[in-house]
Amino acid sequence: MHQARIIWTVFAKDVRVEWRNRETLALMCVFGLLLVFLFNFTLETTHEEALRTLPVVLWVTFAFVGVLGFNRSFAAERENSCLEGMMLTPADPGAIYLGKMLANFLFLAVAELVVVIAASLWYNFSFVPPLRWFLLTAFLGTLGYVAVGTIFGAIAANTRMREVMLPVLQFPVAVPIFVGAIEATNGVLRGAPPSEFANWLKLLASFSVVFVVLSYLLFEYVLEE
Amino acid sequence: MEKKLSESAHAALALVWFFVALYMIFLFAPREETMGEVQRIFYIHVPSAITAFTAYFVVAVGSILYLAKRKPFWDELAHSAAEVGFIFCSCVLVTGPLWAKPVWGIWWTWDMRLTSTFILWLLFISYLMLRSYLVNPARAATLSAVVGVIGAADVIFDYMSIRWFRTQHPQPVVLGGPGSGLDPRMLATLLVSLGAFLCLFTFLMRLRVGLARSQRELETLRRELAPPETGA
Repeated sequence: MHQARIIWTVFAKDVRVEWRNRETLALMCVFGLLLVFLFNFTLETTHEEALRTLPVVLWVTFAFVGVLGFNRSFAAERENSCLEGMMLTPADPGAIYLGKMLANFLFLAVAELVVVIAASLWYNFSFVPPLRWFLLTAFLGTLGYVAVGTIFGAIAANTRMREVMLPVLQFPVAVPIFVGAIEATNGVLRGAPPSEFANWLKLLASFSVVFVVLSYLLFEYVLEE
Repeated sequence: MEKKLSESAHAALALVWFFVALYMIFLFAPREETMGEVQRIFYIHVPSAITAFTAYFVVAVGSILYLAKRKPFWDELAHSAAEVGFIFCSCVLVTGPLWAKPVWGIWWTWDMRLTSTFILWLLFISYLMLRSYLVNPARAATLSAVVGVIGAADVIFDYMSIRWFRTQHPQPVVLGGPGSGLDPRMLATLLVSLGAFLCLFTFLMRLRVGLARSQRELETLRRELAPPETGA
């Protein structure tokens, strides 16, 4: 119960800060739109090709947009020594991690929504028929990516050139997420029977569970000073 | 003194072992039927790969034990294994295409093993880059141990995802090479070469861990001798 309150407090704080300045989220959405526009405009795809490239376009865009959010997430904490303040409280570091992770998840999900709407428009592709499975795939893929991104954001905040450091640290680890999410999305958008892509969803789910738990346990080492 | 002596003995052992391995690779092992002489790179390529994966295993174990026990030795072990492992992993990525081009006709394909080796190489790089870009070096041990543990868990998922990915998309090229019917002389050469690589690996690890320990001792002495006001 106590844990849940800390998680909620950290999450609500991040959302409130973001709601008041809306800087990061606006940047994420605009950057996402820009990427989808560039991909769509330069690839000039037919409908069949679009089905093949759309999963890649979506997840590459999500990956880059996510990096912006993860970088901001801990850079903002550093600026006014907020992180030290949080570490002085008796709150469990794992709970702080989960709160930050949930906030990152929400921001990335909002940016993804904007990206998907734009992609649907420009690719002339309706996400309504495969919506249920698409939402599940996006949920699991985003959860795994955010799990890794939040802890690496905290680690990269300790380095010089942290904005550049984060993707170098995080992308090699996130490879299974991208492979799994792109393959699953591919099946989902083609309208394939769920049995065809169920394995990929299981991979995404197990990746998410393992890395949420692992990061939860390791976060106290990342925070200690 | 005694330690120094056995260190040079270790170096001599690695050197002699490598000469034996080279003799076996070029003169003892039979010529492979379909691939010809170029197949002999197999005896360098495969031992490097096994050594590289062993090195990452050492990074993972060192990282876990550092977080559990907080002894500087485990961090030094993990850091050393990452540096040495990176060299062997690079060796795999260089010898692989050299072998693939004449045999497969291409330098590279996203085959399961190639992909997982490449990701391993990226994990080594990101681990080492993190260490050299940290603002506060005192935090290097803990943060890189966290990255080492996460990377180790990731290798398992990489392996799974890439294997499924590959089974869904069969590769255009098939390696007909060393599978079931490996000639006993080939196997012997492979094992001797693997031994030589592991001997070199342990020797390099020993040098690198010793260097790290000397650095730590130097730091401690410097801190003790520094006048308090000029502290840092």
